[in-house]
Order: sequence, then C-alpha cells, then structure tokens
Amino acid sequence: MESRIQKQARPDSMLLNMGPSHPAMHGTFRIMLELDGERIVNAECEIGYLHRGFEKTCENKTYFNLLPYTDRLNYVSPQINNLGYCMTMEKMLGVGVPERAQLIRVLMGELSRVSDHLTCIAAMAMENGAFTVFLYMMKAREFLWDVIEFTTGSRMTTSYIRIGGVRADLAAGWRETVAKGVLETRRVLKDVHGLLDGNQIFLNRTRGLAAISKEDALSYGWTGPCLRSTGVLYDVRKAHPYLLYDRLQFDVPLGEYGDNFDRYMVRMKEMEQSLRLIEQVAALIPDAAPRVQAEGLEPAEAIRRGRLENPRRPVRLSPNLEGSEKDVYPQILTADAPVAVPAKEDTYTTMEGLISHFLFFMKGHGIRPPRGDVYFSVEGGNGELGYYVVSDGTDRPYRLHLRAPCFHLVSALEGLIKGRFVADVIPTFGSMNMIGGELDR
Amino acid sequence: MEKEDLIEALRARFPAEVEAYAESYGDQTLVVRREALRPLMTALKAAPFDYALLLDATCVDFLASESRLEMVYHLYSLSRNRRLRIKASLPGDNPVVDSLVGLWKNADWLEREVFDMFGVAFMGHPDLRRILMYEGFEGHPLRKSYPWRKEQPRIPLKD
Repeated sequence: MESRIQKQARPDSMLLNMGPSHPAMHGTFRIMLELDGERIVNAECEIGYLHRGFEKTCENKTYFNLLPYTDRLNYVSPQINNLGYCMTMEKMLGVGVPERAQLIRVLMGELSRVSDHLTCIAAMAMENGAFTVFLYMMKAREFLWDVIEFTTGSRMTTSYIRIGGVRADLAAGWRETVAKGVLETRRVLKDVHGLLDGNQIFLNRTRGLAAISKEDALSYGWTGPCLRSTGVLYDVRKAHPYLLYDRLQFDVPLGEYGDNFDRYMVRMKEMEQSLRLIEQVAALIPDAAPRVQAEGLEPAEAIRRGRLENPRRPVRLSPNLEGSEKDVYPQILTADAPVAVPAKEDTYTTMEGLISHFLFFMKGHGIRPPRGDVYFSVEGGNGELGYYVVSDGTDRPYRLHLRAPCFHLVSALEGLIKGRFVADVIPTFGSMNMIGGELDR
Repeated sequence: MEKEDLIEALRARFPAEVEAYAESYGDQTLVVRREALRPLMTALKAAPFDYALLLDATCVDFLASESRLEMVYHLYSLSRNRRLRIKASLPGDNPVVDSLVGLWKNADWLEREVFDMFGVAFMGHPDLRRILMYEGFEGHPLRKSYPWRKEQPRIPLKD
C-alpha cells in the first residue's frame, strides 16, 4: 500500500524514511520525507508503532487494577500520570485526600516534572552533539530518582499515587535525599546553561528554527512548555489549581518566539521553578511521628507461627512496603472505606479485615463510582494531561480516554519541518519531547 | 461570562440545535444535534465565547440501538478560563459527522483516531485514514462489539 507522500511525491524528488527505529526517534516513530537535495519538500508522520490498546485494556480492568497501566504512558514521569488518573477518580467519587498525602503528591509530581524535562533536554542536546549535557543531566536525574526509589521501591513505574492518597509515607531520611537532589540538579542546570546558552553550534540548530506562532500553537491544541514557549500563559496548575498549588509560590516562565531554543529555555526555567516548589513543599511536610521500631514479621512467618502458637496473640506484621503501616494510614490515605486498600495488618490478623480486603478486590465490588462522566486534567511534563472517564456504575470504567499532550504536539511536526533541512528534524523533534507511551497509547 | 449567560446566548442563536445542558461533577456539558455541530463550534470559537483550544475529541460507544455512538469534544477558553464539553449522538450504522479540521488543526489527527477506533466518518476531512492501527486492520477496536482479546492475522511485510 502506498502512503500519501508516495502518491503525491514529484518524480524527481527523493524519498527518505526516518524511523520507526532510528536513534533520534525516541522510541518508535516514523517520518517519511520527500527531499529536494537536503531540503524537505513534504513530510508525513506515522504513529501507532507503540499502540498497546491502553484504553481498551482499561475498559476491562477494575478502577484499582488499571493504575499500573497509567505508569507506562510516560515512563519518565509516571507519578504525574498516576496523579491525573487518581484525581479524576477522586473528583468522581468525591473523596478528600489528607493534607500530608497532598504535599507528598506535589513533591513527587514536581520531582517527576524535573526528571521529565531533564530527560527531554538531555536527549535533545545529545542529538545535537552535546554529549556532556546528556551525562550531566542523567546524573542529576539519578539523584532525584533516589528520593522516588527510597520511598516507592522502584525508579520508573512506581504506581505510587493511589486513589485517595499515596501508597506509603516518605522513606526515612527523605529530607537529606531531597536536599541533595535539589542541590545537584541546580549545579547541573547552571553547568548546562553555561554549556548550551551561548554555544554557537547549539544556537545555530535551535534559534529561529521551527518557530510556531501563537495562533498555530493554539490551533494545534498545544499545551505545556511548548505552548508557553510561544508566549501564551496557560498552565493548569495556575488556571485550575489542584492539590495545594494555589498556596505555593512559583512563576510560569514564558518564551517569545516559539522556536526550538525557546522550548529548551522554557523547560530549563521551569525546572528551576519546580525545584523552588520542591523546597517549599519539603518545608511544609511535617516530620512524621517517630515510629515504634517493633520487630515486624513477614506475613508467611506470622501464619506459620500462628499455627504453632496461640493464634489470638496479637502479632505485628511488617507490611510489604515500609511506610504503609496501619498507624500512618490516616495521614496518607483517605478513610473512605471502598476507595483505599485496607491495611495489611488487618487483612492478615482479623476476620473483618480479611473480608474487607476480599470485598475490595473481588469482581463486582471494590471502587464503584456513580454513573456519569468526568474530565480532569493536571499539568504533565508535556502539557495538559487529561482523563475522560465514563462510568456505568460498575467496578470497571465504561470508557477511559486519555488526552495525551504530545499527541497534539506531534501533530504539528509535519508543518514545522517543511521547508527545512533534514538535520533540523532532529532538534525540532527533540524539543517537542515525544513520548511514545502516551502518543500511541 | 457565567454559565447562564452562555446557555442563554447559545439558545438564542441555536434554539433547536442545543438539546440539553447538564453539569456532571462540575463540568459544563452541552448536548447538541449532530447536524448543528459545525456551525455551533464555529460560533463557540469566535467571540464572545472564545473557546480557542480544542482540548480533546473522542467517542463513546453506548451500544444502544438508536444513538449508539456519542462524540465528545472538550473545549477550553483561555480568556475566560473555562472548559466546555460538547456531546453529539450518532447512529451506530453509518455514523457521519462534520469535520472540524477547518476550525482547529489538531482536529485532523483527533478525528483520524476516532475514525480508526470507532469507525466514525468525518465529512470534509482531508485525509481520513487509520492512525494508530495499521492499514489492513479489520474492525474498529474501541467499539464495544469488538472483543477485547481478538487476534488478527499478521500482515505481509512492506517493501
């Protein structure tokens, strides 16, 4: 089957295929170029190589089960994806979230945003030849991911933010880890500003290239840093404040020309604001009450002992994840019964706890929002990340649709690279931050 | 402009076309007739409504006999900081609705996705073909009648 560009191409022009497997295509993404010499006459983007049927799968999973799928939409900032989904469901269920959990959510969300921007700029700079920037930024990202890893147990697909709160309290010693991460990231940002801002090679490949006007950016449905690089002030955190963003101080950096350099600069400045937010939030999170360091038993060990010893003797279980003990539950998860997973201590030691655990996970029970439809969006790394959920009153979403910010960004790519050189595709595509997971769903 | 003004202004201009107004969890929702979709959207994009951004367009399959599919659009007005949801029902067999490509450029890919996933045809779309699934894929996977685990034969390699 011939593609559109093959049919329309002039007989004397050359067709070049970039992708789907190409080092600069950040995943699997195909651009077909019609070339006149090295100038791009026409371009066609083909997406869908990473299509996993996310929306169809979600229709067949319970509201609780589908959370890990949202991680995989944007594997660099999974927490913001979790957050968007959980807050959509909280809006539908009318659930309040404890303040400590909200603060932790802001902290994790901003850490994810910084790591998202770091990854984007690192890849973009590397493709333009600045490999040092890539290594520096990956280093900073690891320091930030330490916070995430110590608390959630994993680096990328965390499933940490849950409907009604978060999975666990912050890990012991998180203040030092956060301070270290912020310090190292600030250093790297300063270095990268020095390496790139006045770098003629970088400037030649970014400044004035692939500029988009405000009108076009709006018409293409751009949001996030890419829209702000054209000078339009729209940030979901300011326009529709969620969590505690209306209580926190941060600026929304704007660009002017909407070219590759502005997109780079807006992301760099946004990281500084996010670091500011992280520091503010870290100061607001109170120290947790010192936990009683009792020797906890693994559930299997507790069951074995229960057979040998008096089964009515209370045991202290160690939950699977440190920080989600029963006594910290009220601070990090809502108390509304059918929304949050029951505490593991209850599940393993009392009959009622076991029943409520089964009821939560059994088919047809669990989280069942009322009939209706809801849209909610958060500010993701790339822009407005929205979920549209239709509920028919059962324990599975009737329809779940993701408004993926980079779907709209990438739809403008064809127009942006037309008339440019082949080499300009790479910084343009890099500055957009295409994420295959959420683009193809 | 508050919601009452919005509704009144819209009702005055499109008396028969706006079928219902509802609020679902605080989201403003307008149900319109599908014939009126394009003129209504044109009016909504212009002043005084000024919904400059087409946030999203998708579809829901309700499996009902009469109006099986429902197009769902989300608009956003930067100047008034408001979101609006527009719904329009379509029949299950031969669903056709006007394309919005002339109004918003991202409608191109959004409508291709809805066509791919639900089989809705968009009148006036310049290049309506599959976007996420491949050419040669049969059926529309997000319709409720499409089985979740259905497998399709491999397609031959392209040259």
